[in-house]
Formats: sequence, C-alpha cells, structure tokens
Amino acid sequence: MRVERVISDENDSFPVGMRVLAVDDDPTCLLLLETLLTKCNYNVTTTSQALTALKMLRENKNKFDLVISDVHMPDMDGFKLLELVGLEMDLPVIMLSANGDTKLVMKGITHGACDYLLKPVRIEELQNIWQHVIRRKKFDRKDRNGSGSQDKPYIDSSETAGLGNVDQNGKFNKKRKDQNEDEDEERDENGHDNEDLSTQKKPRVVWSVELHRKFVAAVNQLGIEKAVPKKILELMNVENLTRENVASHLQALFLNLTDLKFRLYLKRISCVANQQANMAAALGSVDSTHLRMGTMNGLGNFHTLAGPDQIHNAAFRSFQHSGVLRRLNTPAGVGISGLPSSGLVQLSPVNLGNTSTNQSKLQSFVIPGNHNANILQGMPMSLEFDQLQNNRAASHVRQFPSVDNTTVLPVSSISGSLIDAGCSNSPLLGVTSNSLLLEGSSQLPTLHASNVRDNVSGFPNRSTLSDFTSIGPASNQLHGSKADIQDQASPISCNAGKIISSAPQDWNAPKKEAPYQSNVPSCSINSLRAVNGDMAQLGQCLDQNNPIFNRNVGFDFVDPLPIKCSEGENLAMEPSVIEKEGYLMVQPSRWGSYIPDNEGENFAMEPSVIEKEGYLIVQPRRQGSYIPGNLGSLEDLASAMTKQDHDKGKPTDGDFGYNDYSLRTCI
Amino acid sequence: MDFVSQLQRKFIDYSSSLHREFTRLALYPVLANTQGIVDDQFTQLRKLEDENSPHFVMEVASLFFEDCGKLINNMAIALEQKQGVDFKQIDECIHQLKGSSSSIGAMRVKNACIAFRTFSDAKNREGCLRCLQQLSHEYSLLKNKLQTLFRVSVASRYLYVCLLIVSRENEHAEPFSDVLVFQLEQQIVAAGGSIPRVH
Repeated sequence: MRVERVISDENDSFPVGMRVLAVDDDPTCLLLLETLLTKCNYNVTTTSQALTALKMLRENKNKFDLVISDVHMPDMDGFKLLELVGLEMDLPVIMLSANGDTKLVMKGITHGACDYLLKPVRIEELQNIWQHVIRRKKFDRKDRNGSGSQDKPYIDSSETAGLGNVDQNGKFNKKRKDQNEDEDEERDENGHDNEDLSTQKKPRVVWSVELHRKFVAAVNQLGIEKAVPKKILELMNVENLTRENVASHLQALFLNLTDLKFRLYLKRISCVANQQANMAAALGSVDSTHLRMGTMNGLGNFHTLAGPDQIHNAAFRSFQHSGVLRRLNTPAGVGISGLPSSGLVQLSPVNLGNTSTNQSKLQSFVIPGNHNANILQGMPMSLEFDQLQNNRAASHVRQFPSVDNTTVLPVSSISGSLIDAGCSNSPLLGVTSNSLLLEGSSQLPTLHASNVRDNVSGFPNRSTLSDFTSIGPASNQLHGSKADIQDQASPISCNAGKIISSAPQDWNAPKKEAPYQSNVPSCSINSLRAVNGDMAQLGQCLDQNNPIFNRNVGFDFVDPLPIKCSEGENLAMEPSVIEKEGYLMVQPSRWGSYIPDNEGENFAMEPSVIEKEGYLIVQPRRQGSYIPGNLGSLEDLASAMTKQDHDKGKPTDGDFGYNDYSLRTCI
Repeated sequence: MDFVSQLQRKFIDYSSSLHREFTRLALYPVLANTQGIVDDQFTQLRKLEDENSPHFVMEVASLFFEDCGKLINNMAIALEQKQGVDFKQIDECIHQLKGSSSSIGAMRVKNACIAFRTFSDAKNREGCLRCLQQLSHEYSLLKNKLQTLFRVSVASRYLYVCLLIVSRENEHAEPFSDVLVFQLEQQIVAAGGSIPRVH
C-alpha cells in the first residue's frame, strides 16, 4: 500500500510505501540501494544524475518523501544538492558516502542532512530512515494541533513548524520554529535561494487588541532603551508567542510611527520648503531647528492624525505612488519618481510579518541577480522624515516595500528598515507603520534610536540621513531572516514609544549621535543581516563573524540585491547626505558586500539628489559596502534572529499581520 | 539378488557423492568468505536474492565488474601520463572504487583501494603504480571467484534437486531418507552456506 501523506492518515502503515529518491553515480551502489530499499517496502526511484534528481523533485514537490544522495557525484556536489533540496523542497535528505571522515559528516549535518550513512549501506540502517520523515511531519502537526489553518506538512514543510493556539482572543497563531530540523538550520546557513518558498504560507500572528496592549505595556515598562524583543516577550508572558513575533510587531510599530511622523512632517515642510531650492549636497547635520520642527510637527500631528487605518491608507497610498513626492516640488518628485522607474522591481509579496518567509523570498529575490538590480534602481530615495530628525534612524536599509516600486516611502528610515526587514514589499507595512506612527507618534524617533541602539552596535556617525533606506528591493533582501526583521521591529517599536519624547534632543545633533544612528542602522543592519544571512548562508551569515555584517552598518541603503557575505568587499560607506532645510536625505551606499548575486553589479544608480520641498532625496550610490560602527548588538540581534529564522522556514505573512490590527492602543 | 544389491550399492554411492558435491558447492561462498575475497556484505547480498530479484547477486556483480574495469583502466591511463599525473582524478577513481567494492562486499579489493589512497595522497607515482597492480590482481581474483560461484550455485541447484528425488525415490534406503536430507541442509546452513531455492 502506498501512503501519500502521513499526516492525512495516522493509521497508515507508514513507512510502507514511503517514496524515496535515490541518487548515486555509482551503478553498483545504486542497484544495491534500490534493492535494499525495496526490501524495506519503500517505493524507490533511482537516478545517477543529481540534475535529473533535482528536476524530478522540482516537477512535483510532493512526489517524494525522502531523498538519499551520494556525496561524491560528478555533475553536482552532494552537499549542494542537499542544500537545494532542503531549501526548495524541504525534504529530508540522507547523505551517503564511502568516506566517513568526521569533517565530511559534519559538513553534511551543517548543510542540513538528516543523516549520514556510510557505504556499504546496510539494510538495518535503511529500515530506520522513515523516522526522518515522520519526525518532520509530526513536528509540524503537533504545532498545528488545534489551529484552524493547517497546511499539510508536505506543502508547508518549511521551517515553520506549526501553529499553536493561544488562549488569547482566540486568534493567536504562533509559528514555531523547527528547531529539531538540521535541515532548517542548514538551510539558513547556506542562504541559497529558494525559488519556491514564496508560495508557501506561514501562519500569521494576529495581534489582538489585548495582545497589543500587553505588548505596549511591556515596552513601556522596559523603557525604550531596553525594550528588546526578548524582554518584551518575557514581560508579556504570553504562551506560544515567539520572540520573532514580538520583534516583528515591534518593527511594524516602529515603522508605523515613522511613517506617520513623516507624513505630518511633510505637510509642514511643504509649505516652508517651497521657497528653498537648495540642492546642495553638503552633508551637514540636520538642522536642529528643522528637526525640531519636524519633530514637533510630527508630534503634533500625531495626535491629530486620524485613526490608524486612515493613516495607513493615506500614508501608504501616498507613499506608494510617490504621493509624498507629489506634494513636493517637482524636481523632487521627479527625482524620486525617477527612481522607481529605473526599474525598481517590485518586491512583490512583501511579507510583513514574515521573516522566515523572507528567507525564502529573500533567497528568491536575491539569487536572481537581475531582480535585485531592478529593485535597487527603483530604490526610492525619499528620506525619511524621521531620518532627518533622527539621524540614526537612518538605517534605511529599509527596503521599502513598495508595492508599485518605488514609492518613495516616506516612512522614516526606521520604518524603512523595518519595513524592509520585515515586510519587504508589503504595502501593509507602510500602512502598519502609519498606524503605528499614529499611535506612537512622537515616539518614533526615539523608537528608532533607542531600540535600534540596543540592538545595534554603534552606528557610525554618518550624516544623519546616511541611513537612507532603500526602499523596495532592499526589503527583499533584508527580509532575510524573519527573526532579524522582527528583532528590528521590536526594538524600534519600543523605541518609538519612548523615544519620541526624547527625540528632539537627539535630533539636534544627528550626526553626532552615534547611538542614535546606530539604532537606525541597526534596523538596517538587522535587515541586512537577515538578508545577508539568508542570502549567503542561511544562518551562518548572521553570525557575528560575518564580516560583511560587521562592516555593513550601512544602513544607508540596502541593496535590494541579495546580500552576500562577501568578504573582501570594500566597505566604504558613503552615504550621501544632503542637507536641505534641515532635511537630510541620505542615500545609503550600496552594501556591496551584501549582494551575493550581483557580483558587484550595481544597480547603478548614480546618486542623484533631488530637491524636494525641503529635503533632498538622494539616491543611493553604489559604493562598497560600508562598515557600520559597532554592530555588536545589532549583529547579535541579527544573528539571533537569523538563527531563529532559519528554523522557521518560509516566512509567513502572519508575522507582520498588522494590517488588520488597528493600533488603537498607543504605545 | 546379487544384481539388485549391486544396483542398490551403486545407487547409494551415487547419492553419497551427490550429497558431498552439493555440500561442497553450497559451502563455496563460505570458502570465498574465509579467504577474504568477499566478506559479510556479500553474504547479505546473497540473502537479498529472492523471488522478486532472483538474479540480484549476479546483476550487482556484473555492474561492479564493468565499473571496476573502467576505473582501473582510467587510473592506468592517468598514471601513464608523461606530462603529469592527475592525482585528483586518480583520487576520485579510488574513492568510487572503494564505495563500489565495499557495497558488494569485495573486501580485498576495498583494502587494496585504501592502500592505494595513501600513495595517491602522497602523489607517489611509483607507489601508485604498484598499488594499481595489486588492485588489478585482487580484481581478477574476485572476478574468478564470483564467476565460479555462479556456476557453483547453478550446479548446486541441480544437485539438490537430484538429492531430493533420490531421497524420495528411495524410501527403503536409509542413508538417503528425507530426514537425512533435511539434516544435511541444516548442516550446510549452519556452516554458512545456503540451500539453493528450487520450486
């Protein structure tokens, strides 16, 4: 009897009929393997070519339950096949080799192999391999118990383990990390692109009012400075809530606040800036007055802003279509709009909440170099209002999730990075940000700074706006690990709440405030890290050891291109910061090293400074990746997030499920 | 009377020799095993042979010989290169050969591969040539043994059938009763041989 899915029938006589794909270039071994497996009552398909195997697997993901592959093969390295299978199909893979060197075995495990068998393979060993399949499925199922939305493990076998129900308002889903799966970890480390993960859905975390209230309370209690996801999680004391959930919520909150603030500021600025048409590219510190004004505006406006929903839509919409820009002088508008046209590739499905998804997405985005290139070009240059004010918040690595490309999302850099990090390409982010902004209002800058600061090591003092976030494409990349984003979000959100009040002071000397900057960058960094991690190697990149990461504090601009840990990339960061009417727009330099697939390609954007009502929008320039200041905490955060993400598998939209949540509760 | 007893005597002698031959052939793989030419893995392979894969061992062995022959050839060519020996290729060949031989249970061939590897790692051309020679020798030895084994297994099947017939036909001849045949089978299996399957 053939068992198609274990999940579907607990009483099936699994493992009878388990479908195994055996790959080995040695015909003797292949025949032996086939016979042995048949003797174990499995359903065996064999091939001697790794490429053929991949093709078969890609044709139909659900055709096989398990893959056994030789390590040494002429057409493709067994480890590479292992990674690809793990990433794309999320199937358990068993390695087989005549060589039992510990190093090789270690390599197999780190690449995500479920098991490593030595030749000659014995039937007793093969009789047990079905455990790997069951283990995965059970793990997924267990998590989904009780939850309404259960994806079949086969389909949704990514890192997301499953959902658990919380006794909250009944709508709380938790995404569990698949911590037991070596493959997940391995996948993370490898950062290979995943072409199909975008189709996988992840359970979403829905932040009910109650939950959010708890969250806000926790943030307030901790203080902006200290409100890191982990602590927030502890304080909240909610079952089945993961750190990533909190982090992404935090980030979304932050983004919202930034967005909101920005809009308000723009309104004000547009009047004032109209007379000035200074396109000076001087990187100066943000005019404190300006900032303050902005701040005030922001603060003031926050209160006057409508409900989150309105903001959402309004802000978002305007952002999306360079609405903000339209309000500005034409040139500015042009400049910005120009960006998008350069081919910003829409990072389409932004997963707000899903960092994990993003791993996969990230990967998909990342890998295809062209993709990124486009995205990159489209990077909006809008300088976040917040950024201006909070320099630090500049970490704009933000990948603005521009739905329609370009959008100069006025969301502040922080938001930007958040957006990027969390939900690349998700318009919702903007919306969310807005709402968050509305809620948190004045806190936004603080949010960026402090939280970010907590997580991110000192950001180099670049011009305040150095952290220009590159919208859009970056998000994809940044998306990287969900964890990262979430982590970013969390700190940011926290900051938003608390920082705002202290923002004005900070803004005065944006440049100097490294910590502030670092905060923002941290977002980026986190994002980047996330991206990096994903891109380069799931999980490994996010290590602090990742030099790229360390170097790239560059929150400036996140290259939409996949971020690759390229070690020797030059990290000169040259954010172009232009001060205009106290408004600095900084175009983050390209994070060269982060673009794995774009071997140095550039999204070729010459930095163009566009003057807009009161602020210049500078387009990112491609420069080497720059080295962020102390990335310490950021890296830690990032790696932590990444690691978590790895296990998570595909990001789900759920993590950033703010869309439905109207933040009535103020931070 | 005399004539009949003579016939009986002949019959008994014939049956005894059948027994002996059968035992010898049935234990042939055991012999190969003790000589180290094949190891336990080979025994496992033989056990895998059943109605679904009646000629499994033969198929696997044929594949192995083909593969092994090619690899040895390639290595010989590689070692003959005047310009420079590509040790990496040789290394890969050795690795593959090691995998195949261990899968089929060719112990001596596998050991020869292991020894070969050390010389290949050391990039010692002379040592490699010697090893290759040793490897070829072991390969031939294995091939011979396995081919004989196949013939033996075929022959032993015949003998076994004869034995059964004789024992049935000769209810009166004590030495060849069913019980005795059964005991013989047990002894063979205990010694590590296998009773041929007859339908």
